[in-house]
Amino acid sequence: MTTTQLKAATPTRGNWGYTALAVLILAVMLFPVYWMVNASLQPNGTTLETSWIPLQPDFTGYATAISEQAGNLGTSLIIALGSVVLSLAIAAPAAYALAYFKVRGAGVALFAILISQMIPGIVVANALYTAYNDLGLLNSIPGLILADSAHGIPFAILIIRAFMNGMPASVIEAARVDGAGHIRAFCSIVIPLSRNSLITAGLFTFLFAWSDFLFALTLTTTEAVRPVTLGIFQYIGAYVNDWSSVMATAVLASIPAIVLLVAAQKYIAAGTTGGAVK
Amino acid sequence: MSLTTDASRTAPRAGKSRTASATSPAGGSEKPPPRRGTRARRERIFQWLFLVPAVAYMALFFGYPVVKNLVMSFQDYTTATFFTGEAPWVGLANYAAVLSSSLFSTSLLNTALFTLGSILGQFGIGLALAVFFQRKFPLNGILRSLLLLPWLLPLIVSSAVWRWILDKDSGALNRFLGDLGIIHTGVPWLTSTSLALIAVVGVNIWIGIPFNLTILYGGLQEIPDELYEAGSLDGATGWTAFRHITWPMLRPVVSVVLVLGVVYTLKVLDIILGLTNGGPANSTQTIATQSYDLSFHEFKFGEGAALGNALVVISLVFAVLYLRASRRAVDE
Repeated sequence: MTTTQLKAATPTRGNWGYTALAVLILAVMLFPVYWMVNASLQPNGTTLETSWIPLQPDFTGYATAISEQAGNLGTSLIIALGSVVLSLAIAAPAAYALAYFKVRGAGVALFAILISQMIPGIVVANALYTAYNDLGLLNSIPGLILADSAHGIPFAILIIRAFMNGMPASVIEAARVDGAGHIRAFCSIVIPLSRNSLITAGLFTFLFAWSDFLFALTLTTTEAVRPVTLGIFQYIGAYVNDWSSVMATAVLASIPAIVLLVAAQKYIAAGTTGGAVK
Repeated sequence: MSLTTDASRTAPRAGKSRTASATSPAGGSEKPPPRRGTRARRERIFQWLFLVPAVAYMALFFGYPVVKNLVMSFQDYTTATFFTGEAPWVGLANYAAVLSSSLFSTSLLNTALFTLGSILGQFGIGLALAVFFQRKFPLNGILRSLLLLPWLLPLIVSSAVWRWILDKDSGALNRFLGDLGIIHTGVPWLTSTSLALIAVVGVNIWIGIPFNLTILYGGLQEIPDELYEAGSLDGATGWTAFRHITWPMLRPVVSVVLVLGVVYTLKVLDIILGLTNGGPANSTQTIATQSYDLSFHEFKFGEGAALGNALVVISLVFAVLYLRASRRAVDE
């Protein structure tokens, strides 16, 4: 903690040579992202010679993408938002309990969360498929919200708990002395105080559910409910002769990640250092 | 356990706050003594209420699948089961079928190569970049955080983009290599049985670099400057300083990164399905993709479950190795 602060406090010497090297590294690493945007702006059908720079941007790829995938993007949005609400509603109280109460078995609970990260998604999908089939949850939005939250809930518990551990216990105790019940202390003190960690956890659970591919692939069998990840998979599953609309869909599906990275810098940084679990 | 404490910067504060709450007079609600027993019990029930939804969710979406998968692996569980509701017990037949098939050894080898190659690449490049970004230069923070982008993109998006970049006839990579005069005909990156696995590993390395970079960078930041100052007095700079100061101090973080990397790489499915679908001729088939194939294409859910369990066992072996290693690190 102190060393990082010290390092940050020492004035950065202007060494633009390193900056140039870092920009070069970034350019190589982000080339695929550039290429995605570039290819999405190429005219339809000219798959043979994609120009390196989109000098004459053509938006027919986007027109096709939107006409074919708008519904799927909407489905993904609903599922991701639903998963955020469900994950936070489940994870925040649990994180509070693990951080504050000396509940017997809290250590076991944390250990179980870590072990859960080792369970391959295909194992979960295999069992859920049969259960969902019996319960009629296949091809349903609630079914996918429930399943997709498996990506987010363990992560959210760890991140929110780590933050709540750092919150002054005296504040909550003061509230309890004033006669606030557990639930009131939680809603009016703990939740507002841990706003940042809730936002971080919420952003990541959104991203996890939005990016989910495995459950979309295994827990849907018809066209009725189709997240955009599955839409892209179907595009590239067959022979592709219109890459511009595939790439346009890919760009649209990347928007949440890009927006989060640019607009929510500090929350993302908190998430990547706060919980090493994806 | 050490996973959370190692990774989170808040850990030191966490310890402090816990002792603070323990030494301060116990919770205000317990101060008036009358009818302590019922109060304490009510208190305990309230505390559990906060945990119940999470416990129930974890039990239903992690516990149940593991148990159900174990049961299914001993059953003849096929599409017919969905109509008749009957899944006859077959003992170890599913395991025998799966483990004796010639595809299993291919998948096992591919899984090992895929995991080893990915981890070596991600870790090596991630560490090099983390060391590089320790230097102080303008825009360091912004450039470093932009590097996270490959990690945040949906995996299926990355797969689609790389499919297009690695395309044999008009992919960007072949055109770039062609313009440089390195190649004269298109390299079939994803359609050649000898190259597909290498290409898939390469893409997975690209995806994993940001994670390795971020965690290792955090670990490097925690190493006190004084150690380097003391070291430089003894003449330890550059590579010597890295070998004798950085690496030993970074060891705990390294073990976390490597074990998490292995566990996550073992279960990768999206990237392989998106890039090659396990082909050509099973040259990129791993245990995870084969398990998916058995369950959801051949509808042999019992065999798919058996293979999934094999994957769980492999993951657990690594988890145990990790726990033993971290305990030894604590003992030392």
